[in-house]
Amino acid sequence: MRKAQGSWEKRILKSLNSMCTELSIPLARKEDDATDSQSHSLGQPPCDAFLRLLDGRPVGEQKELLNKWNEMGTDEPDLSLFRPVYAPKDFLEVLINLRNPNYENGDSLSFRTHLGLIQVPLKVKDIPELKEFFVELGLTTGQLGIDDSTQVPPELFENEHVRIGQKVLTEQDSAAAQQYVRQGSPTALRAELWALILNISSHPEDILYYEQLKTNVIQHDLLVDSLIYKDVKLTASNDDYYFVFEDYLYQVLLCFSRDTSVLSHFAYNSASPPKSYIRGKLGLEEYAVFYPPNGVIPFHGFSMYVAPLCFLYHEPSKLYQIFREMYVRFFFRLHSISSHPSGIVSLCLLFETLLQTYLPQLFYHLREIGAQPLRISFKWMVRAFSGYLATDQLLLLWDRILGYNSLEILAVLAAAVFAFRAVNLMEVTSLAAAEAVLADLSTLKVMPLLQIFLFATVT
Amino acid sequence: MSVQTIRNVFSVETGYRLSDDQIVNHFPNHYELTRKDLMVKNIKRYRKELEKEGSPLAEKDESGKYLYLDFVPVTYMLPADYNLFVEEFRKSPSSTWIMKPCGKAQGKGIFLINKLSQIKKWSRDSKTSSFMTQSTKEAYVISLYINNPLLIGGRKFDLRLYVLVSTYRPLRCYMYKLGFCRFCTVKYTPSTSELDNMFVHLTNVAIQKHGEDYNHIHGGKWTVNNLRLYLESTRGKEVTSKLFDEIHWIIVQSLKAVAPVMNNDKHCFECYGYDIIIDDKLKPWLIEVNASPSLTSSTANDRILKYNLINDTLNIAVPNGEIPDCKWNKSPPKEVLGNYEILYDEELAQGDGADRELRSRPGQSLGPKGSRLRDAGRTVLTTWK
Repeated sequence: MRKAQGSWEKRILKSLNSMCTELSIPLARKEDDATDSQSHSLGQPPCDAFLRLLDGRPVGEQKELLNKWNEMGTDEPDLSLFRPVYAPKDFLEVLINLRNPNYENGDSLSFRTHLGLIQVPLKVKDIPELKEFFVELGLTTGQLGIDDSTQVPPELFENEHVRIGQKVLTEQDSAAAQQYVRQGSPTALRAELWALILNISSHPEDILYYEQLKTNVIQHDLLVDSLIYKDVKLTASNDDYYFVFEDYLYQVLLCFSRDTSVLSHFAYNSASPPKSYIRGKLGLEEYAVFYPPNGVIPFHGFSMYVAPLCFLYHEPSKLYQIFREMYVRFFFRLHSISSHPSGIVSLCLLFETLLQTYLPQLFYHLREIGAQPLRISFKWMVRAFSGYLATDQLLLLWDRILGYNSLEILAVLAAAVFAFRAVNLMEVTSLAAAEAVLADLSTLKVMPLLQIFLFATVT
Repeated sequence: MSVQTIRNVFSVETGYRLSDDQIVNHFPNHYELTRKDLMVKNIKRYRKELEKEGSPLAEKDESGKYLYLDFVPVTYMLPADYNLFVEEFRKSPSSTWIMKPCGKAQGKGIFLINKLSQIKKWSRDSKTSSFMTQSTKEAYVISLYINNPLLIGGRKFDLRLYVLVSTYRPLRCYMYKLGFCRFCTVKYTPSTSELDNMFVHLTNVAIQKHGEDYNHIHGGKWTVNNLRLYLESTRGKEVTSKLFDEIHWIIVQSLKAVAPVMNNDKHCFECYGYDIIIDDKLKPWLIEVNASPSLTSSTANDRILKYNLINDTLNIAVPNGEIPDCKWNKSPPKEVLGNYEILYDEELAQGDGADRELRSRPGQSLGPKGSRLRDAGRTVLTTWK
């Protein structure tokens, strides 16, 4: 796995570097200080070491950027020559080709043979295990997303659930909050509950840290900035729900890419941050810096991780902290190669196994017509369904990600969606037609789908 | 029928009479509600009447502002009320005012002022002694500009809500659940240097679609449900519910204000486009009511919405797709409501009378008892006491 991740990273970096060379743009630029740039101290900003040694953003440009910090969405640079470093489908190709050279599973095909795209034998849960894991989603337990619909009188579940939520918040009990949101979070309490679960509090130090990051954005120009602009323009700006928050997305993502504290998550991430060497010092470790400073190269759709959070937090530093924590706890697993049960490889395998085991007819049919199901569902899982579901449904889904501290629910939901549209899918005869059946998920209600798939389907 | 045709149909000169099986989509004198000056006149008259009756609705606070009926920004007609306006303007000379031509739509002819000199024209006219035949065409209203609108993502927006009225006496009106917010493409700023920039201040799609950043996929529109989700998540459930209740309240009050002067012709129904702005204290303001809300679409979602709007409207006005009979009781069965919900039904409200218990909810504003039905199983009483 590590080897695969390593070679994938090399490819990404190569792509990034070649784009730089093509466009003759340095990876980073700093404020042009007439005096010796090495002695220019930036206080204690996170990317101090790196950026001191490179060219920077001209002062005039800095002032301009500071003035339009709140409206970067208008008047962005010419992005036509930039392209995303990679898109989810490129990543999928890499995953499909993962093979464990030590694994011998015999030549004969049997009903146990996995017919999906992922050929790595990781352990994934089956439905009985999932039922146990997700026990609170069962039919006899109240859920937000089901039992708060207009047909159900609020006295039956909703009122009491809200009351408990308020109590959890008063007691500031993080573990209780995590348990609580397994049944969904009331909209009015969600922002605080998530902050409690993620251990985010708004201390002055946190706000100051964010302001420092903002200063770095003003003073230094990174190539990834253009990638971020491009991504936001291609995705969130065209989204019915998130276009309003375009400017927040720039603010958060530009700061994020300069935040070296994110580097600490690489300790438990199979990935490693890409390294860059100061001009002329290739290979000398003391002249190596991480690029971008936070070690995360954004791909097409990356900004969609942040977008839904804008519905909950309108204060930039809080929004930033929540996003960063969500990233280092969950989202990073969706684009790095590892054997972790919440890693994208396991999720893909879980999805395919669920489909092959419990919807074999559908699975074989789609495979026959050249529409391997993973090819359609991959993009949903990589983005944690952001941009595919209606926002209120997405937030109910992410409640459960936080509650169960696992991303496996994404794979289960993907399988549940296929199960729901099985009748139509059985009638299609091409990949394009299958894509069309599954193109619009915006009307789906996630909790009933999950419940039916896990608890109400005869297996 | 367009409003011009309606004018002809109901004009005394043509002598045209609608037969029993003809139903039209405008009331003869809808302009009592849909012309900016007449709407304000009717609301002011309504308030004074309630005050005279001693109704609790007309209660005022210490500074003389109506507690429950202050939902239209301070407005004057020009040139008629020019002197009154000047008096008001001088009380707060740093305020901004918005000039709107009475009879136009789509943001045409609107501009902002913050100096008396910018509207000298209207004062000169009122001083001339010659009879100004053009004065009605140039009639403007001037309202206090809401310079603290609620901003989302730093942008100003307004609400477009569709309200169907099938009869004014008794008042029966329906609110379309799928209203939407219209966002400006440019960040909002109250700065005086940008008073001329209509892309900052006017939310009409007819204006915004000419902006550089106009996006044809989402058209700068949000559903009302999105707004609700956002406000509940960031501000809490009580204040959001209160806001939406207030919005319903001001719509009903505006209809009640014109109900006495409306020609309640039984051949008529009307679907209005209500424009509402929410300020940063979460108070809704009624900006205007449109008799002919745009039924063209700017995006794919829009087309679906407008199609359903027309479909549902016609289902209520003329249920079952049968040949209409204007003598019917105008009480459509619940199933045909589609995406409409009953906003106010005077007959139902009076029927319930004093027996109905007041179920109190936090943040409720006072008012007469009415009943507003949501989906079956959850009858929500508006405790408009």
